[in-house]
Amino acid sequence: MSRVSSKLASAVKCSDEFNADACMHCGVCTAVCPMGYEILPRKLFRYVQVGLEDKVKENISSIYSCLLCGMCAENCPAEVNIADNVRFLRKYINENEFNLS
Amino acid sequence: MPLPTKDILGILADNLNQRKSVLPMSAAATTRWAKGLDLPKGGKTILYTGHMYQLIPIIDAMATQMSKLEDSSITKLFGLGRNVNKLVNMTFFMGLMASKAEQKDYDRMLRNIAGLLKKANVDFGYLYGEELYSGALVYDEGIDGAFAKHAQRVCDLFKKHGVSKVITVDPHTTHTLRTAYPQFVEGFDVEVKSYLEVLAESGMEPAAQLGDELALHDSCIYARNENIVEQPRELLGKAGVSLKEPSLCGKNTHCCGGPLESLFPAESHRIAGSRADQLAATKSNVATMCPICLVSLRKAAKGSMQVNDLSDTLARAYGV
Repeated sequence: MSRVSSKLASAVKCSDEFNADACMHCGVCTAVCPMGYEILPRKLFRYVQVGLEDKVKENISSIYSCLLCGMCAENCPAEVNIADNVRFLRKYINENEFNLS
Repeated sequence: MPLPTKDILGILADNLNQRKSVLPMSAAATTRWAKGLDLPKGGKTILYTGHMYQLIPIIDAMATQMSKLEDSSITKLFGLGRNVNKLVNMTFFMGLMASKAEQKDYDRMLRNIAGLLKKANVDFGYLYGEELYSGALVYDEGIDGAFAKHAQRVCDLFKKHGVSKVITVDPHTTHTLRTAYPQFVEGFDVEVKSYLEVLAESGMEPAAQLGDELALHDSCIYARNENIVEQPRELLGKAGVSLKEPSLCGKNTHCCGGPLESLFPAESHRIAGSRADQLAATKSNVATMCPICLVSLRKAAKGSMQVNDLSDTLARAYGV
């Protein structure tokens, strides 16, 4: 069973860098993403928003596979800054999993 | 076994911290392109290469080796490799494997750009061996501590030379300096412009009407992050080049796959293949504006079409 991580949830809450509040889960971002991974980026952001850290950790490869090409943000009706959110997740993993800063 | 993300990122961050670049190169290799051009050292306005064009022959040699390692058991040794790299600059050995012909090719592109700026009557200097890599890759990978320190180092370098305007040659350096640095370095107030913006604003006139047909591959970063879409089209249009646009272009351009080369080579090649197919459908030769796009798409095209740097066409059109 997935559990909510208070650490991830509070990191997201305190951060200016992760903001997907405007996301209405329309899925356009996933449809236009050149990678074609189901997890990127909508589903991943949903896991982050609800603090499911184990789900985020299961998808570390996908997080680093994002091209940061911005096709998703260009076509996002809610104008979510998706690349900044991905960079935030990488930073979180670098610091908390990889011991890199 | 996939390539180990943690160890590769660790090597990149260690290199930036210890040797001021993710893939440290000698000053001779980063400045070779400028030999004989008599560019003044320093100045208020400088041409800033960020080492991107110079790095491609090394990245290319390294990528060939990394592709062979992907899904092999040797990847387990990357942790050890990171420790060795702290003591010995392993990029030096990759540099020895770089193709001399490729180095000459990428050096020429930088000479094109310097020549175009001179034709446009732009006064500029160059920092030669003092110039630093921008930190773009470390920024993209979210290694913010190492990036912040490096951004400050570059800012201090600009201050030391009294630089107030930087002319960049590639999208990654442009975006890192113009958009990322102000978020990491307090009071960063250096003006940053791509050479394509500078040339378009100069109103320079072509020396020849080329009459070529060309497919332009827009860089994701230039188009979507830095709003550089019309400038290359304006410069080509004035020189009589007719554009055959691929189905995805301008703000909706498709990535070349290059950003994944260091961590996921197979996926990088899959994306490059998709983009090469879209460009091939135009039945035209292709021009790129980024050295990473160039090397990715050249490999993906496998000789089916010519892929060249935009500066080659511009140099021909504007009499460089």
